[in-house]
Amino acid sequence: MIRHRLAAAFLLLAATLLSGCGYNAMQSGDEAIKAAWAEVLNQYQRRADLIPNLVRTVEGFAQQEREVLTRVTEARARVGAIQATPELLNDPAAFEQFQQAQGELSGALSRLLVVAEAYPDLKSDQNFRDLQAQLEGTENRITVARNRYIEAIRAYNTLVRQFPTNLTAMIFGYQPKPTFSVQNEAEISKPPEVSFGTSG
Amino acid sequence: MMATTPDVAAGPVPGRARWWRRLGAAASAAVLLAWATLLPAEVAVPPLTGRIVDLTGTLTASEQAQLADRLEQFEAAKGSQIAVLFVPTTAPETIEQFSIRVVDRWRLGRQGVDDGLLLLVAKDDRTVRIEVGRGLEGVIPDAVANRLIDEYMVPRFRGGDFAGGVTVAIDRITQLVDGEPLPPPAPGWQGREGSGGAGAALPVVFFLAIVAGGFLRRLFGQLPGALLTGGLAGLVAWLLVGTLAVALFMAFVGFVIGLAGGGGGGWVSRGPRRGGSGGGFGGGGFGGGGGFRGGGGGFGGGGASGRW
Repeated sequence: MIRHRLAAAFLLLAATLLSGCGYNAMQSGDEAIKAAWAEVLNQYQRRADLIPNLVRTVEGFAQQEREVLTRVTEARARVGAIQATPELLNDPAAFEQFQQAQGELSGALSRLLVVAEAYPDLKSDQNFRDLQAQLEGTENRITVARNRYIEAIRAYNTLVRQFPTNLTAMIFGYQPKPTFSVQNEAEISKPPEVSFGTSG
Repeated sequence: MMATTPDVAAGPVPGRARWWRRLGAAASAAVLLAWATLLPAEVAVPPLTGRIVDLTGTLTASEQAQLADRLEQFEAAKGSQIAVLFVPTTAPETIEQFSIRVVDRWRLGRQGVDDGLLLLVAKDDRTVRIEVGRGLEGVIPDAVANRLIDEYMVPRFRGGDFAGGVTVAIDRITQLVDGEPLPPPAPGWQGREGSGGAGAALPVVFFLAIVAGGFLRRLFGQLPGALLTGGLAGLVAWLLVGTLAVALFMAFVGFVIGLAGGGGGGWVSRGPRRGGSGGGFGGGGFGGGGGFRGGGGGFGGGGASGRW
């Protein structure tokens, strides 16, 4: 009798462990995150690729906006200096740095577009309008890719933190992964500061 | 809420004050609830009722039919799914945020080809967006989408000619997409949903009909069980394929399986369990029209927006 009950309990336990351990779900979640992250990087790269052309076009109409243009070029260089590898995901500090650099570039670019408003010739230039549309489209793609990444991370982190799958995560040493924080978000959407003549 | 604070310090609370405090709590809860509902809520994604979804009553019925007809023919010829959506507003979201939610739900375009496109007009916001599926980003890059908006739609929209603007834009878009070497539409498109979809749904429905059929027959007796099975099969087929003809066919298949299935084990007596609902439920799968459905295409946020 007792043996039967033990066997039943063992069966129940085994079934729960096998179906509920979440190991497979974590693996597919991890893959989904990698794919989503690759898309984010891809779109950031697309934006970086647009910048030389954009800077050149604006230069043709507004040489006097040197400072804004330089800031964009510098921000792009800083972004390019960071090795944007998938391993970035497992290093919160590097991830933070990467986010900051991309955020600075976003700020510099939006400042450039604001400045461009003051040049009617530039604004009516078809080449500039096309570039601007491409830049806007890419910014939107970045937003979409980031949102999908956040969603993938959310699903994964829930799995890693939630009982009983957190036990599996503990055994295999899986950590919650970093995501775009609200602070980052605020930093990126903050309008860039304008300083006149202090830094030259 | 304010009035309750002195009571807390007043030691033993008289019955009446307690009552007041409860009222205060209820009132504050109500206020919170009202506040929560007043907080800007996202505009819900409208159901995909057809290729033209106009929630503003801007386009006349004949204009809608004409556009839908053209888009349907285009899908038949090229395989690419294009839809038009008019909404009053997308607030509090931007048109880009709303648009990506719509296409994520509607999934226009073929799966893997991702050749869907949405033309979204938010009339009161005076914004318009062309949301381009991943597979069409090559033929309609952002700059081209932007030009379509600036050159064809915005001028007409300014003059109030929404039907004209949309028609011209759709003309140009279909011309552009036509020049793109997309994979050909599934053979015999007219029957595509009928044959291809039915082919995909058939094994599922078969399996379901055999399993559920035996079960329902034992529970309800032969005829009601078969009717139930038929209804269930029709419902499942309709959910899977979304075409009325297929659903009807599957319902018939389910009915036959339910009727003819292997000998019953009989663990429930047949006679007295004849539920009256059996016959009535038999037609359950046939409600609603099989209409236009997204093919599972993916969007990455490409396209352009404009305002007029």
